[in-house]
Amino acid sequence: MSELFLVFLVTGVLGIILVLINKILGPKKSNPTKNTPFECGSPYLQDRITPVPIKYYLVAFLFLLFDVEVVFLFPWALVFKKIGSPALIYMAVYILILALGFIYAWKKGAFLWEK
Amino acid sequence: MIETLIVLVKIVCALVWFLLITLYLTWAERKESALMQDRIGANRANFFGIRIIGLFQPFADAIKMAFKEDFTPSFSRKFLHDLAPFLSFFFTGVTIATIPFGDILKIGGKEIKLQVLDINVGLLFVLAMLSFTIYGVLLSGWASNNRWTLIGGLRGAAQLISYEVALGLSLIGLVMVFPSLDFSAIVDFQGELLFGWLPKWGIFLQPLGFLIFLFATMAESERVPFDLPEGESEIVGFFTEYGGMKWGMYMFTDFMKVLIISCLLTTLFFGGYQVPWLYADGFRFPWGGEWLLPHGIVVLFQVLMFNIKVFFFCWLQILLRWTYPRFRYDQLMDFGWKLLIPLSLINIVATAIIMSIL
Repeated sequence: MSELFLVFLVTGVLGIILVLINKILGPKKSNPTKNTPFECGSPYLQDRITPVPIKYYLVAFLFLLFDVEVVFLFPWALVFKKIGSPALIYMAVYILILALGFIYAWKKGAFLWEK
Repeated sequence: MIETLIVLVKIVCALVWFLLITLYLTWAERKESALMQDRIGANRANFFGIRIIGLFQPFADAIKMAFKEDFTPSFSRKFLHDLAPFLSFFFTGVTIATIPFGDILKIGGKEIKLQVLDINVGLLFVLAMLSFTIYGVLLSGWASNNRWTLIGGLRGAAQLISYEVALGLSLIGLVMVFPSLDFSAIVDFQGELLFGWLPKWGIFLQPLGFLIFLFATMAESERVPFDLPEGESEIVGFFTEYGGMKWGMYMFTDFMKVLIISCLLTTLFFGGYQVPWLYADGFRFPWGGEWLLPHGIVVLFQVLMFNIKVFFFCWLQILLRWTYPRFRYDQLMDFGWKLLIPLSLINIVATAIIMSIL
């Protein structure tokens, strides 16, 4: 595992250098006007972030559900060749449940993005 | 000690290859788009008057970015503002370590594997690291404290997690065919032959899986057909408040993702470093011919083949980027949830049924 540590170390040091390189090499001329937002002159969000549409929340939930199910599929796929056709029956039930959940979410209107 | 040194040299080589090709991808993209739009493209940068079709452009850009002023807006969340580009860069950068560039190279009695990290969960490692890049996108939108960047960051997060599911599901079929999560083992499986003449590449066994994987990874790279988080003409993007090298890191991460996607496509679906009919001692053609080669040349062929395949996919992605207009948000989400996920489920079931019949 020391290899993994070395990979993280080298990439991390490189990333930190890149983040800090402007602080070291760049000019330092600051003034109040420069610090104002320039994006079409819209005022910046003070200390609060306005509530975000609930759709993002729903997407996050669906992702959580389906991604956990994907994780369960990986070990099954790994041993599928060894076990053979019994594995097919076990997983047919599992994928059926997954698909039913998917169809339920669809019919409930979870994928209506324009509403 | 010598082992650690070898690992360090391998890491540095892989990173230098990764970053150099990424630098030149920026040039390639400008040139290819210029070609497609009947322009000349970047050709002004020169080195003591030598231009060579603008080949020094990426270095000029990098030097310019390095000498920009460090700008952290006064209204931003300072630490997170610095942290976000680092996270994006770091988690994309570490993925290159798991990609096998070639088979074992023997030098002076030592056997060196041309792969930095030979871990048995390489595939899951890469998927995990690529999902971590969501934090870079989301944090930059959040930390900049600007409403457009926030919208960009949220869109980016929603898009990345939507396609994450399809990405995972599309690889299940592949793992069933090549029962391993280790990249070098997957590439080894692809060295075999189908019907005695066709290379047993993933594309021939998993054509549907390949297509789903291609679209899902392209969505993950957030480039034009799927560039909702950036959306130049509407919200300018989650990195609006960044400048200098920190902005450069985001742009760099984009191209690094293009490159790592090409590497993944090559490794998983196009046989990685495998050259058709090339074995450890040379070519053995299905029609009976033989062409024996020394060990060094074989490894050279493998590394060259890997590079050629990777460059092909980089070219393909740039071509797609400059061909298609941007999706609308609902089209994008529909494409991910209503098309790719059902298709990948069908792919898994079909693969399972075909494999248990055969």
